[in-house]
Order: sequence, then C-alpha cells, then structure tokens
Amino acid sequence: MNEIGKILLFMVSCVLTNNYIFSRFLGCCPFLGVSNKVETAAGMGVAVTFVMAIASLFTKLLYDLVLVPLSLEYLNTISFIIVIASLVQLVEMFIKKTSPSLYRALGIYLPLITTNCAVLGVTILNINSGYNLFYSILNGTFGALGFLLAIVLMAGVRERLETSKVPQCLKGFSGSLIIAGLMAVAFMGFSGLGK
Amino acid sequence: MNWIPVILAFAVLGAIGLIFGLVLEFADKKLKVETDPRVAQVRELVGGANCGACGYAGCDAFAEAVVEGKAKPNGCPAANAEAVGAVLGLSVEQGEKMVARVICQGHNGVATERYEYDGYKSCATAAGVAGGPKECRFACIGLGDCARVCAFGAIRMENGIAKIDENKCVACGNCVEKCPRSAIRITPADTKVIVLCRNSDSGRVARAACMKACIACQRCVKTCKYGAIAVENGFAKIDPEKCTRCGECAKVCPCNCIMDYSVVTPDAE
Repeated sequence: MNEIGKILLFMVSCVLTNNYIFSRFLGCCPFLGVSNKVETAAGMGVAVTFVMAIASLFTKLLYDLVLVPLSLEYLNTISFIIVIASLVQLVEMFIKKTSPSLYRALGIYLPLITTNCAVLGVTILNINSGYNLFYSILNGTFGALGFLLAIVLMAGVRERLETSKVPQCLKGFSGSLIIAGLMAVAFMGFSGLGK
Repeated sequence: MNWIPVILAFAVLGAIGLIFGLVLEFADKKLKVETDPRVAQVRELVGGANCGACGYAGCDAFAEAVVEGKAKPNGCPAANAEAVGAVLGLSVEQGEKMVARVICQGHNGVATERYEYDGYKSCATAAGVAGGPKECRFACIGLGDCARVCAFGAIRMENGIAKIDENKCVACGNCVEKCPRSAIRITPADTKVIVLCRNSDSGRVARAACMKACIACQRCVKTCKYGAIAVENGFAKIDPEKCTRCGECAKVCPCNCIMDYSVVTPDAE
C-alpha cells in the first residue's frame, strides 16, 4: 500500500476504530459533563482538538530533543503534564479574549482539559507506539476529532432526549451512561477498519 | 552515588517550567481582558456561596449582570443591598427579608414511626422505601438532604427533624427544592404566626400519625377575631394579610401545631 493510503487509513482508524472515548475509554469526564448542548459540546471538542494537536507536537519534540538525549525518559509523564497544563492555560486566555460566550459556556470544563486523560493519553501513546513526529501530530489531531465526533453525537442525542418523555429512573446520568454504552457498542462495528 | 542524573532531572524540569511560565506571563499581558473593577467589588459583597437564589449561574454571573444593569442590585439575598447599590452609585432598598421554614414539627417521639429505616442516609432514598419511615406522608424525614445542600450552614438536624436558623437563612430555596416532601416553605420573615402542619388526612388519621398534627378541629378558626384562619384540605391556613400576630390561635390549638414566632424564639442556635 502506498504512503498516502496508509496515512488515510491511519486517520480513519484514529477517528473511528480507536476512538478515544468509545474504545480506549479516555476523556469520559468532559464527555458526560459538557454534552448537554451541541454548541457547547462542539466548542469543547474544538478546544480539546487544539490542545491535543499542539500537545502532541510539543511533547514529541520535548521527548525526542530533550528527554531522550539526556536519558531522562522516565520524566515523560510529569513533563508532559507541565506542557499540557500550560497549553490549556494559553487556550483559556485565548478563548476568554476571543469568545466570552464560549468561555462562559465551557465554564469549569475548560481548565479541566488539563486533567482530561485523553490528552495525556494521546501524548503517552504517541511515545509508546513509536510514532514519528508526523504520525504523532496526526494521532493527536484525529484522535481529538474522534473525541469531537463522539461528544457532538452524544450532545445531539441528549438534546433530543431533553424534549421527549423519559422514565424518571433513566433521567440524567443513568440515561447518559446507557447511551454512551450503546454508542460504544455501535462504534465497535468499526473494528477491522484499519488497524 | 552519581548525582548528575538527579541534578539534570531537576534542571530540565525547572527549565521546562520556567519557559512555559514566561510564555504564559507574556500571553497574559498580551491577551488581557479588560474587566469592570466594579464586578470584582460586587462579587466581593455577595459572598460567593453560589446558592443560585438570584437566578444566575453563580455569584460571578450575578455580579456581572448587576454591573451591566441586567440584574437588580437587591437580587442577592445574602448581600447587603445598600452596599451593592453604593458600588454602582445607586440608592437601593433591601428587599423584604424572607426565610425558609420547616412546615413540620414531627420530631422523634412526636411523629409515629412506621418502621426503622436503616438504609442510606438520604431523605430522597428513605422517601422511596414504603413511603418513608414516618407514618405521616407530609412529615420531615429528618435525614438532612436540606442541611447538606445549604450553603450558609443555616440548617441543622435535631431530634429527627430539620431546624432552620432564621438569622443565617437567606431564602435561596435550595432546601425547598431538595426536600422530597416539600416540607420547607419560603415565607416572609415577618409572618410570625404559622401553622406548622400540612397533613390533609382526616383528624383521626392525622392524630394517629403525629401528636402535633393539625386535625382540622376549627378551634383556631373560631378563636380568630379577624377571620384570618380557614380550614382547607384538612388543615388550617392563616391569611398573612388579615393576621395581626395576636397569637390567640397558637394558645388554643389542642395539638400545638400553630407556632407563634413572635413569642417563641425562632430556631436559632
């Protein structure tokens, strides 16, 4: 298979097959927390995409150019957390400046991207899977787009449920968790697409 | 021992932190958002319990809305409205003081128990187990869902019933929302004479459920010279417009279920 085909397959597998929420179960907190409205969910997804892509780039560079030459690979988790935390701060300032309404809608979940395990998960997976810089950024970007897809789908479902009759016992989080489970099962249908 | 890797680790992490810190500092200057200093002042005055009584999503949102002129300066029950008005250069009158009151006196020994509840300590859960541990289906369950949600520490559980400290209560209404029995009501603080029971069962059934239940005997109705009391749906109701707070009804009530707060000290600690 030629290189372009390989890359395309890798993108598809990042978004669908190895979806961070549905097959790796990372990033469930914002997935359940900010999926009430499609608009907010999309905002959160875009913020996460931005952070993940940049974090993949920076952590990969940091790892290859600083940690490996100094044989300090064991510091990867803590130094990646510093990188991610700083990036999140930067994104927060940026959003506060450019879109106060999105800033207010994301609320507490914006600083919570810092502790979004999907972000740290991506950066560490990049290292562990031995991706090069290009594939790391692809993995970060398209993994985050998978997150965006999942959270927007979830928000769509929850928006519909808002106006329909739901039994008392399935309202709120119990129902959301069941929906998330069903969606995860549906996403299992993509397994076999790519690797 | 070889110290070089240790020092290196320190130096590298320190350098990473320093670089990102400097970048953030620079970005903070560059992306600074001008905020009205009055927002911070109002925010200071409203306390920060985030109780939601004002109808806004927390104290920050309320402070912003006040400064923008969207919210009334006396919208926050926990803040001194005059001080908030002073920040904006307005003279503001404090809204009428409201307090939450528990419409039930069925503490342990007074209310009949249906069974001994030994489950998870939450009123909402207990209310779902065979209709709750107390015989009366209007009674305070007494497991403290309201006390846990109170941001002002005004509610304490005493003898199996909730007591509200009127000095601390700001009538945000969070307890009212939590109570599975709707046994808490927001009333004006100067409504002093209150029927503390809303059991609508017939007198015999109500009496069997609780020693302090209203049995709709009509004695208060007959005693009241101002026609302020009526028995509706099986329990007495006082019209605060007509009531003169004379307290005669509280004296004649055979079940002691009318409370005269001007004589009895409210449930302060």
